[in-house]
Amino acid sequence: MLTSGSIDTTAAAFESAGFTQASPSATDARPAFRSALARARRDDAALADVLRHPGIWRRGTQPALATDTQPTGLTELDALLPGGGWPRGALSEILIEQDGIGECSLVLPALAALTQARKRVALIAPPYIPYAPALAAAGIDLAQLVHIDTSAADTHWTAEQCLRAGCCGAVLNWLPNADYRQLRRLQLAAETGAAIGFVFRPLGAASQSSPAALRLQVTTSGNGPHIEILKCRGRLGGSPQAIRLRA
Amino acid sequence: MLWTCLRFPQLALDAVRVDTNAQPFEEDLKLPSSRPFDGLRTGQASPEPAPSVLSSRPFAVIDGPLQRRRIMLANAPAEIAGVRAGQPLTAAQVLCPRLCVTPRDEAAERQALESLAALAYRFSAEINIATPDSVFVEVGASLALFGGWPALERRLRSELDAFGFAFSLAAAPTAAGARVLATHADGIAIPTIALLANALGAVPLAASGFDAKTIAALQGMGFRDLHDLFRLPRAELARRIGPGTLDHLDCMRGLAAEALPRYQPADRFQRRIEFSFGIESQTALVFPLQRLIRELATFLIARDGGVQHFALVLGHERGASTRVEVGLIAPQRDAAALFDLARVRLERIELPAPVHALTLRADDLPPLCPLHHDLFESNRHEELDWPALAERLRARLGDEALRSLRCAADHRPGRAWQFVSVIEAPSENSRRSSFSRDAFSSRIPNKSIAAEAAPTKADARRRAAANVSVGSASKMRPFWLLRRPIPLRGAPARVLAGPERIESGWWDDHDQRRDYYIVETRSGQRAWAFVEASSSVDAGTMSHWTLHGWFA
Repeated sequence: MLTSGSIDTTAAAFESAGFTQASPSATDARPAFRSALARARRDDAALADVLRHPGIWRRGTQPALATDTQPTGLTELDALLPGGGWPRGALSEILIEQDGIGECSLVLPALAALTQARKRVALIAPPYIPYAPALAAAGIDLAQLVHIDTSAADTHWTAEQCLRAGCCGAVLNWLPNADYRQLRRLQLAAETGAAIGFVFRPLGAASQSSPAALRLQVTTSGNGPHIEILKCRGRLGGSPQAIRLRA
Repeated sequence: MLWTCLRFPQLALDAVRVDTNAQPFEEDLKLPSSRPFDGLRTGQASPEPAPSVLSSRPFAVIDGPLQRRRIMLANAPAEIAGVRAGQPLTAAQVLCPRLCVTPRDEAAERQALESLAALAYRFSAEINIATPDSVFVEVGASLALFGGWPALERRLRSELDAFGFAFSLAAAPTAAGARVLATHADGIAIPTIALLANALGAVPLAASGFDAKTIAALQGMGFRDLHDLFRLPRAELARRIGPGTLDHLDCMRGLAAEALPRYQPADRFQRRIEFSFGIESQTALVFPLQRLIRELATFLIARDGGVQHFALVLGHERGASTRVEVGLIAPQRDAAALFDLARVRLERIELPAPVHALTLRADDLPPLCPLHHDLFESNRHEELDWPALAERLRARLGDEALRSLRCAADHRPGRAWQFVSVIEAPSENSRRSSFSRDAFSSRIPNKSIAAEAAPTKADARRRAAANVSVGSASKMRPFWLLRRPIPLRGAPARVLAGPERIESGWWDDHDQRRDYYIVETRSGQRAWAFVEASSSVDAGTMSHWTLHGWFA
């Protein structure tokens, strides 16, 4: 128990120090990492005393949080996310580099599942027109979809009302200029209403702190868009590697 | 039969001062605003006294021809000053120079009695309005339901207390008997006809309900109470008091049958409150509004119906008026919810002029069908909340802010979808859209040229068939559609799919001939772009790319 805990701690330390792991299979080919593990095992006894300090949080020993989640419908992402899906009763922030890189297809399967379970999905002030034939083809029951037009001043209010009411399965928001306080309100509203709150924001917001339970970043590189998890509650289901979104 | 007579001795006074009788309701509905009544209470600018002052000021209702005005009813301060019913107005004004008078308003009295009948309709199906001042309620059939007379009486009293009119009530096996008892004293209940004659006998002639001339004549003959009359031989009595009064006497004791027209609740609702001075702020209107909504809710409960649309008409000077429409997604009758919605709507308008009257009209009163849910259904609670949330959003964002999407039967991307109002029932939508799809496809030749048929899963196709319009189920469609197509900035890095020729609309002057491509831009975005087919250039040299959507 203790051993596995310290391995994870070390891995986390490595990660935060800027070492990234290309893929799980590459672990064997990293002598520096292996020697660090060996050292950690040797120092276990001494380390155990230190780690008992209440100020130290150990990711590995943290029991898996019993969070209520909605499967994303994307197998790789489900495997990675703690709880195996989008956290219900919390905000999930999706930071996108630009429009049209597959950010919405990330949530589509979950929305389809929700609407088919007769839960309402609210789109609050979307940047473009959600194209009904595409939504229907993705399996969304359009009768459960509500498109809400708001003025810029009312967007946050509307989002909060929808999240808090408890009658929306998911609420999609586009909030390019939200600050921490506003997001915090939405996060609390989502907790009250047990709704999944998706917030789409530009990539520039990644450097700001956010109260969202889950933060994903979608970027494009040479070989197509990919997702990185910036923040999540609980332990990642796998190694924090980037997932490619499109074939 | 057990008739309860609800008698309103001060109806003439209470009816004309309906808008001032507000206080008891204040804590009832828990007004969010801390000083909701300010505007009314401090109407310094008006020549009339402010309403709340009226209750402590001598006040009387007058009646009679213009030359011979008489006091009809006076309030307690006026009576202390010596003002009595029947006095000439001039005499009353000498006795009490501060006396404030208003002419009797019979229409208002009638309306007040209608409201009271609607209120009583919750307790019995057999109601009779007895002008000038009473409502009969047959409670014999309702006793078992409401748990006996004492419990029923308590409920009646609390309802009437909330209404704010002075009242007395009595119950007896005959309606006329109950009325006599209610006139005599408050709270008498006689269960059987055998005891009735005795109880009535003790009532003095003044409370007998005979006309004033007959009472004076009988008193002149030395009779004091009804018991004296009951002992007289019939023939002699008939000669002296006439057959009409004798009939009344028989009805009272149950010796003759009473014919009472049954009250029918109206099938629409309209109430009006007039103010004695112009109100300039919405805050001051909140209070009368609350009263109107409350009456509406009572009315709806009695009808076992709901309201889906009603209008507030704010009357200004010289017949001008402002109309505030309140539309709901589904019928409702909860007073607090209706009040909240109406208040938000009212607060959002600008008053063009001071308001002198407030009218609430509800013409369309559909039956209320409460949502039915499975006991074990998981989202039972949530479903119940949705109408309330939608109403709240609509009240603030506007009626058209909440919309739903629907596929339309058209090949052109700009017309392949529609916004639909959330008020329409979704089942109706799908039925209509499928109907029009069938009609369409059989009439109009399918001009869409499919460049490629992407394979789709069988279930996806089946699901899509329920929603998706002609021909588009098998094609890749973007998540986002731009409101209007814009030129694509820079040439695309590569073409992923296409062309798909969409050519349609030759019959409605919006002819389109476009070749749609799925392209990837240099920055990695996936776009849905088209080239006008008329420009007839091949994919390699195309410079007129127009962006129409994003595959997000």
